Amino acid sequence: MSDRSRRRLAVLNVLVLSLVVTLFGRLWYLQVLAADQFEQAATDNRTREVRTPAVRGIVLDDRGRPLVRNRTAMVVSISRTELLDLGEERARELVARVAEVIDEPFQDVWGRTRLCGTEGAPGTPVCWNGSPFQPIPVTEDADMDMALQIMEHREDFPGVAAELAPIREFPLPEGALATHLLGYVGPVTDADLARQAENATDGTGGRADTPGTLLQGTDAIGKSGLELHYDADLRGTPGVRTVAVDSRNRVEGTVAETSPVPGNYLITHLDAEVQAVAERELQTVIEGARAEGLPAHTGAVVVLDHQTGGVVAMASYPSYDPNVWVGGIDPADYAEITSEENRYPNQSRAFQGEFAPASTFKVVTTTAAVNVGYSLDATYPCTAAYQVGDQSFRNLESRPYGPITLKRALEVSCNTVFYKFGHEMWQRDGGNDPDEDAAEVLVSTARGYGFGTPTGVDLPGEADGLIADRAFKEARWERNKERWCTWAEEGYPDDQGGIDAYLTQLMVENCADGYKVRAGDAVNASIGQGETLVTPLQMAVAYGAIANGGTVWEPRVAKAVMSPAGEVVREIEAPVAGAVPASPETLAYLQDALRSVSTDGTAAGVFAGWPHEQIPVGAKTGSGQVSRDRETTSWFASFTDRYAVVMMVEEGGSGSGTSGPGVRAIYDAIYGVAEDGTVDPQAAILPGGLPPQELPTITPDGMVVAPDSREMAPASREVPPAADVTAGRGP
Amino acid sequence: MSTGYLTDTKGRRRPVASAPARRRAGASPLRQMDWILTAAVLALGGLGGLLVWSATQSNTSLVGENSTAYLERHLLNLGLGLVLGVAASLFNYRLLRAYAPVLYIASVLGLVAVLSPLGSVISGARSWIVLPGGFSIQPSEFAKVALVVGMAMILAEKRDAESTPGGSLVAQALALAAVPLALIMLQPDLGTALVVVFLVLGIVAVSGASARWIVGLLVLGVAVSTFALTSGVLEDYQRDRLTSFIDPNSDPQGSSYNVRQVFIAIGSGGLTGKGLLAGPQTQGSFVPAQHTDFVFSVAGEELGLIGAGGILLLFTLVFWRAYRIAVGAEDLFGRLVAVGVLCWFVFQAFENIGMCLGLMPVTGIPLPFVSYGGSSMFANLIAVGLLQNVHMKRYA
Repeated sequence: MSDRSRRRLAVLNVLVLSLVVTLFGRLWYLQVLAADQFEQAATDNRTREVRTPAVRGIVLDDRGRPLVRNRTAMVVSISRTELLDLGEERARELVARVAEVIDEPFQDVWGRTRLCGTEGAPGTPVCWNGSPFQPIPVTEDADMDMALQIMEHREDFPGVAAELAPIREFPLPEGALATHLLGYVGPVTDADLARQAENATDGTGGRADTPGTLLQGTDAIGKSGLELHYDADLRGTPGVRTVAVDSRNRVEGTVAETSPVPGNYLITHLDAEVQAVAERELQTVIEGARAEGLPAHTGAVVVLDHQTGGVVAMASYPSYDPNVWVGGIDPADYAEITSEENRYPNQSRAFQGEFAPASTFKVVTTTAAVNVGYSLDATYPCTAAYQVGDQSFRNLESRPYGPITLKRALEVSCNTVFYKFGHEMWQRDGGNDPDEDAAEVLVSTARGYGFGTPTGVDLPGEADGLIADRAFKEARWERNKERWCTWAEEGYPDDQGGIDAYLTQLMVENCADGYKVRAGDAVNASIGQGETLVTPLQMAVAYGAIANGGTVWEPRVAKAVMSPAGEVVREIEAPVAGAVPASPETLAYLQDALRSVSTDGTAAGVFAGWPHEQIPVGAKTGSGQVSRDRETTSWFASFTDRYAVVMMVEEGGSGSGTSGPGVRAIYDAIYGVAEDGTVDPQAAILPGGLPPQELPTITPDGMVVAPDSREMAPASREVPPAADVTAGRGP
Repeated sequence: MSTGYLTDTKGRRRPVASAPARRRAGASPLRQMDWILTAAVLALGGLGGLLVWSATQSNTSLVGENSTAYLERHLLNLGLGLVLGVAASLFNYRLLRAYAPVLYIASVLGLVAVLSPLGSVISGARSWIVLPGGFSIQPSEFAKVALVVGMAMILAEKRDAESTPGGSLVAQALALAAVPLALIMLQPDLGTALVVVFLVLGIVAVSGASARWIVGLLVLGVAVSTFALTSGVLEDYQRDRLTSFIDPNSDPQGSSYNVRQVFIAIGSGGLTGKGLLAGPQTQGSFVPAQHTDFVFSVAGEELGLIGAGGILLLFTLVFWRAYRIAVGAEDLFGRLVAVGVLCWFVFQAFENIGMCLGLMPVTGIPLPFVSYGGSSMFANLIAVGLLQNVHMKRYA
């Protein structure tokens, strides 16, 4: 055979060898060098996690009464895959059949099966925000008959399941709603997952997710209130069953399984009875004010344990029954609680509403005045009006009393005394031509009381209020001067399409020197008017600080986290946010003056017949002006040696007339004060005026046992010494 | 075996049967068989049986009640193929040349039949004739046998050992190849067509034909491939299949899904594999056609580098023996038959394993001896029989 043939055979030989070597090399790479990567890919490929949700922890009040618990309900769900397979028309027929069985309008049920953000889907939280592969619950509150109808006619209900599952329930102990405090749970949203990715560990036991508790699309999590803030505690850890699947997702077996770990219990400072009384009294005073022709749109009340920083009760009006969230909220209910017409019942005025504090703010002005050198022992002129340039500031709440002490000025709420302080402090800062380093003592004192920043309460969405300082005014003027100056030139349009002369004049002033703190601003600020805005919760913290000797709390609704087995996982202590910038003498003076307000001052009527000897109570009224054509905001801030109670009614008239009686009724209930002024410990919600000292206990069989609060506990817990506590204590 | 060696002028040793060996060979030609080749082929076929079994035993939609159904049929195919192979190895050399035209015409008729309504479309190619009783044949597999014999016959015709084929003979041989190649392309069965192209190239090259032919064929091949990929001749799915190996993640649920799943199976096998019948990818049927075209992935996952590398080694053994047989062939016809079979096995194995390893585009061709499939098994074993025939001729 030819040499050429032999040569070519040899070439072929080399070619074959190189091909074989290539294959070997590649095989080596895939199976040895890159094996780990493919091993992981193979695991991901062939296993799926099936999560068994953990039973969520319950929320208890101070005596162990459940505020939020779980109950077993019949959940009817529809498989979205099935709906897609059926096609639009037959899917609608199926949903219509289900809607008929569960006795709900078709449109509502259909809306719940729509993926959020898709065409024709209703808004959150009605639309389905969970995983598209998960059965969508259309009602979590079916009864047994409905379930039977579905189970017995399976052929009519393809992909529809009726199963027992634990769902949230608000038992409303003693009738207490506590809606805004408790919050609600809902399916995880993309935003929740994104937030988790950012992972905030806030150190308060909030949303610090540890591995294994990572959220997935099918989980239900807290969406607001305590349910949100303590979600990581309440949620528990879902059980995870890792199953092997084949290429068609058919389950072949279980690879690994962990049992769900139920969520922990949350013990709160809330007392269901006090909460119920607070809610009822708030409603009563608002209805009373309305009967007198006042608008009294909204209101709030806060009962704060100023010895611990615990929130004993906090209510807002208007409110609603939190059970609307159970089983997925109806579109109509959702519209109702979020409507402007209803004044947004979903928002809490207690910690999300901001209002001008009016005369209740005078304690701040007093403190600031003393701090800049005004004597507590001197007298100050309570004139009919205070003159600043050509402007006259009148003494709205009281008549002229002549020279009076600070105590008397607080008792009678004499504005002009405080006008003078405000004006003169403004002048000390340089007046219209302020010093670079103006002290702004009123501002810093207000901040020291906790105003102007959120209190840090363990509830999401808290408002911060507003203490307008020079920097704030400058920044705002920079932002708005263009608009203001346009209005100043062209006139401010009124409702009728004409020009509002008053507002136009205001715009002329704002345009010219809106960056300045003017003398008038300082005068207004001195009595908590003008720009000043506070939340009722901030007010309760501030009055609590006066009563407890200067400790400004970062209040806490929750008291402890407890395992379902009854072990205390951790106690939640309210952190100290700061100390009131006041000497012990000043605080003692204020306590004394405010007690006089309730015996001899503007709150004396409210506390008529009150056992002042047994239970000293300090108070301050306030009637905040909002605008020319609106009624004043009714404020009543008060404290005993244990509690600070603040009530506010928007456009509710005077502090003593509207809110005062409400606060009095709450004290009556807490201490068991009868109409004749006798104290009946049996009638007291909190005997001896003390909240339960111990946590509720949980027996091995899961029963919650109330702490025995009837037994007299130590008079008070030790308060971190912000200042010497000189206030008189209870009996 | 008492076989001596002679050293030829190039210093290579050539085995030469001793006189007693020749005598014994006369009594039983099978004793002259290349046993290494036979053993390697049997090992591949047996290993293939295990892999086919593993790939199908958990797939009840394939095997029904009988989990060993495919194992049994694979072994039956192997057995029948061995009978055909033995027959091919014992076939009289000269008769083989005489029958070559018959073989060729029969295979062309088969390929035509497949394109007629008799043919069935499986996986996008009209490659099969389904017979009653659950059998089906793939004529293109047998066409390879006919083509090897036919081309060898033309190129070795009327020539002594030292001359080279002239232009007209090469042209005739190429014309002979063009007909089945065109028919295979029409199915379209690109994998088999590529194997045929390389087989033809190998035979033409080793026949000693002028280098211009080889260069010309290569240029033509590149031109046709470029045209096929860039013009609209190929269906979209075919082009996707051919190019998805470049980026297996390009389309996780489409064409590249297969490649991705095969990668995962092979890669996760590691050094020692997951154990036979214990590969989650295989048992979960993540890899499509894992008992036929992608059978190598089963070896990769369940037997690891040891098993998959073992299969490569066995193929290397087969290639080496085929090469030795080509080198030691008595005449040019025998050498060209051996080279044709060698090129066929080499390229088919390379293409099949290469596509499992992401080196080659995905084309639907089986792994010789290992993949499940009767036609392929029969044709491959007949080809092995031809190699043995060439090998034993020396002792005839």
